[in-house]
Amino acid sequence: MSKDVAVLGAGMHPWGKWGRNFVEYGVHAARAALADAGVDWQDVQFIAGGETVRNGYAGYVAGSSIAQALGWSGARVATAYAACASGASAIDIARARILAGLCDVALVVGADTTPKGFLAPSGGTRTQDPDWLRFFLLGATNPTYFAFYARRRMELYGSTEKDWAAVKIKNARHGLSNPNARYRKEVTEEEILASAMVSEPLRLLNICTTSDGGAAVLLTSLEYARKKGISDPVKVSAVSTVTPRFPKTVIDLPDIATDSAAAAAPPELTFRDSIAAAAYEEADLGPEDLDLAEVYDLSTALELDWYENIGLCKEGEAERLIRDGDTTLGGRIPVNPSGGLACFGEAVPAQAIAQVCEVTWQLQGRAQGRQVEDANVGLTINQGLFGHGSSVILTK
Amino acid sequence: MPAPAVEGFFTTDPEPALLGTRCSDCGTYHFPAETFFCRNPACSGTTLEQVTLSSRGTVWSWTMNRYAAPPPFPQTEAFEPYGVAAVELAEERMIVLGMLTGDFETLKIGDEVELLVEPHVDGETLIWKWKPVA
Repeated sequence: MSKDVAVLGAGMHPWGKWGRNFVEYGVHAARAALADAGVDWQDVQFIAGGETVRNGYAGYVAGSSIAQALGWSGARVATAYAACASGASAIDIARARILAGLCDVALVVGADTTPKGFLAPSGGTRTQDPDWLRFFLLGATNPTYFAFYARRRMELYGSTEKDWAAVKIKNARHGLSNPNARYRKEVTEEEILASAMVSEPLRLLNICTTSDGGAAVLLTSLEYARKKGISDPVKVSAVSTVTPRFPKTVIDLPDIATDSAAAAAPPELTFRDSIAAAAYEEADLGPEDLDLAEVYDLSTALELDWYENIGLCKEGEAERLIRDGDTTLGGRIPVNPSGGLACFGEAVPAQAIAQVCEVTWQLQGRAQGRQVEDANVGLTINQGLFGHGSSVILTK
Repeated sequence: MPAPAVEGFFTTDPEPALLGTRCSDCGTYHFPAETFFCRNPACSGTTLEQVTLSSRGTVWSWTMNRYAAPPPFPQTEAFEPYGVAAVELAEERMIVLGMLTGDFETLKIGDEVELLVEPHVDGETLIWKWKPVA
């Protein structure tokens, strides 16, 4: 039995700092995806929402908040929270329902309204909550962790500030003509190297911001797509939502200590490596099959880590890829043709879905102004807090 | 003398130490302390003894934060940049974070650091910190 489902429609609300109710972005994106698919909302049998934790109870039940706004239709509903991987988790639930034969048409939506500045934990005094503790005890903001990884690249692999600037310059150029990107402006190396130091060695223009935005995909069974007259849709061929394996020996958000490897040897693959490996295994594809990738560039230096995690090169060799232009549009394997988080900023529950929207449009040949030539296979990947991460492989 | 910022995470002896637990069945260390379960998936141990962790380690990575973290990080009128390190403990085979103190601006990966207990940024409570070994 095929494990593929069809992506019949994709839609987004442009990223920005609009300051409106997240439900509005979700509805806008959902309607765009439905129109793209030519499917009526009342024919959707299942809606899955990505949860936002910054918008009160309505955000905890994002799936039903958006369903109510679209108009109660009796569709079944679920809301998924998996930190930065929430959108992919929602996709995974919808895909599983379709593959189980429980429905043919599912809508997946994620939307967020974010506050200005550092993402911060919820209020109160919660000494049992690692996310609260890391701020209270250490002032360990998200960029603190990104800086740890960046410094290691610098000292272990000779990564330089100029390499990271090259990532930012590339992504800024990629996003120039993307109508959904928040930042559509070229940046120079000079501007990047002169931007304020936030968490050494990372400067402001190396770190992605937080944004408002919404993204949606309309997933269907292959049979439903065929009945609609679409015999060769873009397909979801893998969704990886693996947890880490013990002992996880890389320090990750929001922990203040790693697992101990005193009694058990560390796994062969790091957590980030394993997220991609599970997706490749499920799709029966490998890095050599990719035509493009959308990776989670929370920092410019982290984009280089991802090159290695998804197998574009060996550990310590990512700098060569950016220096040689391999990951630029027109290069061997373009990365973040959308402009990535550098141009979008992060709208947590929408971001993993936005990555899938971009790859869908790329495989359909509809990514105007940023199209990867002859794109047949694309991968998305991200990592979030608390052992969450996701990777989706789309094929044509 | 101010009280620890959080109970049960470290001692305030003249030679302070982080307080963790060690599984009596498999030997896995936990920090912060786990007291009801061992996180090793191959172990169902429920006896976790309190232990002090190594007070010396080596730098896995570190950063200097030049912007104030939001609450609950203590907010002060005059913000001072602060360092945070990820430190590898050899015996426990784990990495533990901590704020930095002393002359740390030229730290390199692999440099040795030791544990100290000092006032938190607002001076109201005590916190553990890592300091380069001279």
